[in-house]
Amino acid sequence: MSAARSARSSSYWWYVPMVIGSLAMLFPLWWMLALSLETEQRAGAALASGSPFDALPTYPQFGNYGQAMQEVGTTPWLGFIDALSNSIVVTVLVVIGTILSSSLVGTAFARIRFRGRQPTFLLMLATMMLPAQVTMIPLFILFRSLGWVDTLLPLIVPAFFGSAFHIFMYRQFIAQLPEALFEAARLDGCGWLETWWRIIMPLTRPVAAITAVFTFIFTWNDFMLPLIYLHSEDQATLAVALNAFRTQFGGLEDVHLLMALSVVTMIPCALLFMAAQKQFIEGLGSGAVKG
Amino acid sequence: MASVELKGIGKIYDGGVRAVEDVNLVIEDGEFVVLVGPSGCGKSTTLRMVAGLEDITEGDLSIDGHRVNEVAARDRDIAMVFQNYALYPHLDVRSNLSFGLERRRKKLGLSRDDIAKKVEATASNLGIENLLGRLPKQLSGGQRQRVAVGRALVRAPAVFLLDEPLSNLDARLRVETRAELRMLHRQLQATMLYVTHDQEEAMSLGDRMVVMHQGRVQQVGRPMDIYNQPANRFVAGFVGSPAMNFFEGEIKADGESVAFQTEAGSIIPLPSMEHRGSAVLGIRPECVELHTESLPGRLSAEVVAVERYGDRGDALVAIDGITGHVVVRSGAMDLPDEGQPVFVSVPLEHAHLFEPGDCGARLKSARSPN
Repeated sequence: MSAARSARSSSYWWYVPMVIGSLAMLFPLWWMLALSLETEQRAGAALASGSPFDALPTYPQFGNYGQAMQEVGTTPWLGFIDALSNSIVVTVLVVIGTILSSSLVGTAFARIRFRGRQPTFLLMLATMMLPAQVTMIPLFILFRSLGWVDTLLPLIVPAFFGSAFHIFMYRQFIAQLPEALFEAARLDGCGWLETWWRIIMPLTRPVAAITAVFTFIFTWNDFMLPLIYLHSEDQATLAVALNAFRTQFGGLEDVHLLMALSVVTMIPCALLFMAAQKQFIEGLGSGAVKG
Repeated sequence: MASVELKGIGKIYDGGVRAVEDVNLVIEDGEFVVLVGPSGCGKSTTLRMVAGLEDITEGDLSIDGHRVNEVAARDRDIAMVFQNYALYPHLDVRSNLSFGLERRRKKLGLSRDDIAKKVEATASNLGIENLLGRLPKQLSGGQRQRVAVGRALVRAPAVFLLDEPLSNLDARLRVETRAELRMLHRQLQATMLYVTHDQEEAMSLGDRMVVMHQGRVQQVGRPMDIYNQPANRFVAGFVGSPAMNFFEGEIKADGESVAFQTEAGSIIPLPSMEHRGSAVLGIRPECVELHTESLPGRLSAEVVAVERYGDRGDALVAIDGITGHVVVRSGAMDLPDEGQPVFVSVPLEHAHLFEPGDCGARLKSARSPN
């Protein structure tokens, strides 16, 4: 594969579709950035004419950002701060919950011999095939009966019960660690929980990094679940607030503010991706080979 | 320190495969016992049953007189050195050494200072005090091996179990470490059970050795006793390097005298003995004698190949009418040249007789009354 890749990259012909592809991918991003820095009239006009080249900001309006954040929700600034802190709380807890629970379950599937291990594992894998929409209504009924609707709990608590994909990744990784390590830990006096915490957790840091990045981006950007469960303004996450912002202002008049807020929402993901880029790409690759 | 007793120990895996059968062995307090045998003979399984890493399917295991079949590995007061060392890769040497003590800190009533002192003492005993801050991946093979031994030592367990701890070292280091292990045992007077496939290692290390084959104990005894009086043909062929030479043949009586007749018809006179019929005669390479002159009882042969190792050497000799070759070991300067015709004699006092078959039992003869 690497030979094919080097042969491919040495041929300059490949640059043409690659550059075209990259530009196509970058276009919406650039358009968003450009519009977010425009004045209200010029942004509206650019959008109305449909020509993106009208939207090169000659006089960048950095004030758009402050104005956009201020106008989230009904109380100035508070709506944005609420949404931001809700998003942070949900995302951080979901990341922690997913890592803890998935590594624990992965340990059991990889290392503990118990009756029914194989069927249980397959059953767990099968849940990955289930579209989220199928479980949406039963889950809503469940959380409603618990009185959790319009709280952050339905978004956070399920993460502490493992995620099939990450359990699978953990299992594959842990199964490759040498058996003697676990035997040594047993003789040194560790039970399974202690082995998990003291041996497996430190040794699976690469998996934790990948899990963290995947989960962070997914949860931060998730719109569907918050939309279903969160109704009050002070419970909204950024994704929901952004949507409310769009419907609040509607039309084309305030598109520059909408774009500014979208950029703000994207920043954490972009920063995380840049910081963890190496691990993220390795994770995608290792997932492909092992899976 | 403690004694270990295996009574009728057996292991049958879930699929019905039998790995170990009826192992009976008493390891005395402070004794160094080596389990040795070819791969798949059940020696490691036996060790792992003692460790508590494998369930015992048959028999009783006692440590210091207490039956421990159902006692969890961590409560058996044993420590093990693994073949690949199994050091915790994310912990430095100091933490690797203290790991087991930390887990038992409350139970043993130790303070963190006590543990630190024990770790320092063990490290200096093994000469690894300058490595305490390093991670396992920053150590050489020999250093890792020391840390692995140290991790077992620092806990001062009742029994030490060692599973081929030298097999990942290069030849020179292996011999050095072997001597150090022996000295360590003398210094600690600890009960040790050691597994290896290397008979030379077993002979040089063990107070006693246990030769295993096909899941069964073939012979238990002091190394030199086993070397001189192998209980059966398997032990005779496994212990000693180069391996013992074997001749298939028959024991026949002619009036008063008894003789061993090889398949080619050569006759080797034997002292009086009861056994008649097919048998195997074995002789160690260093006991075979080569001559330049023909005399009655000497077998004519040709030297096929000669290997000299400096002080000593081996000659591969083809005896007329006998399939296969005979290895002769002797001083390097005493060996004949390749292609040279020679006459082979088998001194009776060094010959071993066995019943036919791979594990044929030792035959009692006038020479060996036991």
